[in-house]
Amino acid sequence: MNYAADVRALARKDLLLELRARDTLPAMLLFVVAIFVVFHFSLPTRSSDLAASGLLWVAVVFTALLGLGRAFVPEREQRMFDGLVLTPCDRSAIWLAKSLATFAFLALAELVALPLFALFFHGIDGTTVLAFLLADVGICAVGTLVGAMAVVTRARDLLLPLLFLPLAIPILIGGVGASVVASPGRYLLFLALYDALFAVLCWASFEYVVTE
Amino acid sequence: MPAGGTMPLVGRSYRISLPALAAASLVLVTTALVLVFFVAPNDADQGFSQRIFYFHVSIAFTSYLLFGLGAWKALVHLWKRDPNADLESYVAIHQGVIFGSLVLITGSIWARISWGHWWLWSENQLVLFLVLFLFYAAYFMLRFSVDAGPQRANLCAVYALFGVVLIPVSFLAIRLAQKFIHPVVFTRHGASFGGWIMVTYLVSQAAIIVLAYTLYRVELSGKRLDTRLRELRRAYA
Repeated sequence: MNYAADVRALARKDLLLELRARDTLPAMLLFVVAIFVVFHFSLPTRSSDLAASGLLWVAVVFTALLGLGRAFVPEREQRMFDGLVLTPCDRSAIWLAKSLATFAFLALAELVALPLFALFFHGIDGTTVLAFLLADVGICAVGTLVGAMAVVTRARDLLLPLLFLPLAIPILIGGVGASVVASPGRYLLFLALYDALFAVLCWASFEYVVTE
Repeated sequence: MPAGGTMPLVGRSYRISLPALAAASLVLVTTALVLVFFVAPNDADQGFSQRIFYFHVSIAFTSYLLFGLGAWKALVHLWKRDPNADLESYVAIHQGVIFGSLVLITGSIWARISWGHWWLWSENQLVLFLVLFLFYAAYFMLRFSVDAGPQRANLCAVYALFGVVLIPVSFLAIRLAQKFIHPVVFTRHGASFGGWIMVTYLVSQAAIIVLAYTLYRVELSGKRLDTRLRELRRAYA
């Protein structure tokens, strides 16, 4: 089997698992709707649209965090990690497949969240959608690696946000910048740079996270 | 020595001895203090308080060096499986966080005296150190919630490498954020940077670097002694 086939098989396993168990995606959807309602009541009546745009990013990052927290739970509960590591494929394929699956969940959650945000708060332009796509790549790449780290620690769910949020601050800056300024080119470029840099780093270092 | 053969080789020999380093940092720090307080001229608009600059900037630069050293040792661990590298990486990052906290404190004091606020989101350096502080605090959380062993060493090494990539990325991001969060109100040191100011800065910088390296070595030898003691206890038990 070559690399692409390995990745496809591993990602297919995650998507199939979600399709049958429906553990993650419904929770993410419910969470993002709930958080919009919370935001509505935390924004005073005359607060600007810009504040709502910023909060949308907070909502998406937290929703992603929810999905990432669930990402390695099947492996942990079924004690599948050793099996995965022992499979005769490159270890980075495990990371890539898991990132792709998480990306699919996050993109689906956003497919519901963004129109809902437009309905509840204000409209969203194409640039913001593009910024979300770029940000999702970074969030899933870094989040999957950090999730694999957190799952082997004693603190587990507690540790994931602590490990992830400092790394997500640049994504948030790039994303909010792209949504609120008039010429978002450099922010989109920054997000792409972040994605490329951290994707390569995660791809290269995942093997060390899952092996001794 | 009983069970000597099973004991892992911990520790390495250094070219400069610890007492020599301690003496050098004492001399350098004293010289730097004399230069900062008695020789360097008063700043034209900020007056006496500007002298904190010599420490603030030197400490900031030194903590970057320490974070860099931590990442380098992490890379050495992943690459060569050097048994010392994991502990060295941890100690370097620990010292980096201590110096990083000092950057936050001195920066805060300086901001308070110069601009009347304890915290300024428009100060890139301060914001960057806050992000790094959060990041490396999470590093400690990670380290202390995994049992000691090769897996912990690997996880910490990977996270330490992320840190060194995060530094420039965050710096760039914070610069970009200024465009929509805050206009740049304060620009610092447009004036020339020569004569005694330069000498004082360079001496303070050298003093802080040597001091940091001394502290790094002290902590390292303490930690190694700890490990060795634990192993001896286990061997005798």
